Amino acid sequence: MSPNTPPKLVKTLADINYMLKEAPREKHFITGAQAMAEAVKRANVDMAIAYPITPQSEVMHLVGDIYAQGHIKEYYRAEEELGTMSAIAGAARAGVRLFTATSGPGLLRGLEAIVSWPGHRVPAVLGILTRVVNAPLSIQPDNIEMAYMMHCGAVMLHAENQQDTFDYTLAAFAIAEKVDVYIPVAVATEGFFVTHAKGYVNMMADDIALHPFDAIAAPVPAMDNETPPARIQRDAPVQKSNFMSYLIHAVWQQEIWDSNSRAMKYIYEYLGGPIEVQNPEADVFVVASGCAAAQAREAHRYAQDEGLSVGLIKVRAIRPFPVDEIREAAKNAKALIVPEHNIIGWLSKEVKAAIPNGGIVVPGPRVFGGMTLPVELIMKEVYTALGLEYELKL
Amino acid sequence: MSLKYITPVDTFKKYLPKDYVELVDYGPFGKTQEEAGPGNMGQFKELIEEHPMCSGCWMAYYIRLIFASLPAPEETVTLGTAGCGRLAISQAAVPFIYGNYGDQNAMASGLTRAFRLRFPEKHKDVITIAGDGGTMDIGFSMTMHSWIRGERFTTIMLDNEVYGNTGGQESGMSPKGAVLKMAPLGKKGEKMPATDLAKAAGCVYIVRMSPTNIKKAAKIIRRAIFVAREVGPTFIHAYTSCNIEYSIPTEDVFADAKEKEKTRFQFFEYMTDEAAAVIERVEEEEKVARKERKAAKAEVN
Repeated sequence: MSPNTPPKLVKTLADINYMLKEAPREKHFITGAQAMAEAVKRANVDMAIAYPITPQSEVMHLVGDIYAQGHIKEYYRAEEELGTMSAIAGAARAGVRLFTATSGPGLLRGLEAIVSWPGHRVPAVLGILTRVVNAPLSIQPDNIEMAYMMHCGAVMLHAENQQDTFDYTLAAFAIAEKVDVYIPVAVATEGFFVTHAKGYVNMMADDIALHPFDAIAAPVPAMDNETPPARIQRDAPVQKSNFMSYLIHAVWQQEIWDSNSRAMKYIYEYLGGPIEVQNPEADVFVVASGCAAAQAREAHRYAQDEGLSVGLIKVRAIRPFPVDEIREAAKNAKALIVPEHNIIGWLSKEVKAAIPNGGIVVPGPRVFGGMTLPVELIMKEVYTALGLEYELKL
Repeated sequence: MSLKYITPVDTFKKYLPKDYVELVDYGPFGKTQEEAGPGNMGQFKELIEEHPMCSGCWMAYYIRLIFASLPAPEETVTLGTAGCGRLAISQAAVPFIYGNYGDQNAMASGLTRAFRLRFPEKHKDVITIAGDGGTMDIGFSMTMHSWIRGERFTTIMLDNEVYGNTGGQESGMSPKGAVLKMAPLGKKGEKMPATDLAKAAGCVYIVRMSPTNIKKAAKIIRRAIFVAREVGPTFIHAYTSCNIEYSIPTEDVFADAKEKEKTRFQFFEYMTDEAAAVIERVEEEEKVARKERKAAKAEVN
């Protein structure tokens, strides 16, 4: 059987602000994996590279389908994650829009290449569909792999549900490609809980697509021998053990982290800011990201029903971390409860470091290994923080 | 646009570094091999001039030869990985992509495909140049899979049979019995059969050689590039000794390369019928063009 050639589609090209804020949307009932792929479909992606791992695989199957339908120009299955992530880095040098996705152990296998993307100025979008990092083996949701991603310079967004997954993924392409950002953007959400569960997602029509990738609007030009300024000068001082190479590395990495900070204004512009605050006058806040934010939202609703002074701080951006925003939102708080889907509690550590009175942080409840996060576990911490008794019934 | 992109406008020229201007005026960009090729190295501005390689380094010579043999330097991108070679390759006046350990063939897969998307009418020559460790050990899976997928670019392995840059450790390409670091009792296993692996993985043009003959080595580099443009993956396995780790006196480096030609690096050339057809066509075209230029020159005189 000979491979088929995908058809050529005609699309209306649009600006990211129009797409996210103005384009008429229709309500669909789809999985998180579908939501991510639907965003890719509308992002005018040039090339996607796939490698299977549960629970990510579903996303890249669907991306393969939309390639076959003609929404993406090039797609292939790579040999493993290091090969995938390296190929993304190579393709980025040719000046194209790129997407791939992975999970837990796959992220760690590809990490050597991924953590060098920011330094290589690779403006690709990476889906992280979270999963336990072995061992003992489990394929279940647990977002501990995000902790390994937090120190490479990439922008990281954490989606609560299917709708977030769609919006963040679409916005990620625009953020990554801003000339004053131009580093990768990772969009994480929980495996299975979001990827394999359906939720309502409002989406614009799929014949609208983002404007194509602009290879010229880049702080580091594509290495295509076409995009000025010419890059035929010799890179003598780089990669040597001399002071010039130390200096080049240092200023380059400073620029990466500055670029990461500059992404914040686009997180405001496209996603309404790095945090969402409910009941800002509350005494106790539940601070959460990703799927845990959905459970935190439930805890907030329970607390409202019970007349307790409880608010919600949902953290959308993990990098750049909203230090100022959390400090401001929590300035009168008596306790911050940080529920998480991992054993180490990376979010509670970040929150603790962000505020001057870290002692008010309750580092938990935490579930891991694929366990669900019952709202009752959060409520117990809420009651305890308010000096109330709570009978935990699970 | 690639040749135009390199060439500065006259008014801007005087503000550019001398090195750059000389490369444009006296370098090999847009020129024929007779004007600026391996036959007259030293008489034109070469793409690589300075490098920090050791005195007598055979690898440095071969890298210089690679750059002098390129059919279209203004349309070429090279990729490499950790190792001695990259210290010289990064100083050539051709875009060089240095990624992570052994990932050059995976990066080149993405790069080549993306180039074909953006510039379907052009030949953008992509060449990975890495050592034996980068190609056959740490990068093994990515090397093999790029070949198995039929990725259309050229892989050149600079085989010095040792990890030279990290201080002389055994590699998969070291010969059996070699006493090296991390092989204090001598290497137990055999030297990896790189060209056999390339053939099994689907490379359409494969050469193993000790590049002692400049003309022949240059011809093979060009063949590998021409075939990769049109047919599929091509592979050159070249002996580029490490005179430091194998203690070869500088004056004996060439003799060693000649000796290896009779043993582990006996000349081997393999091509598929499709590759042979491309080589025959391109070399005939070159021959005709050379004759025409000669005739035109005679007419002028």
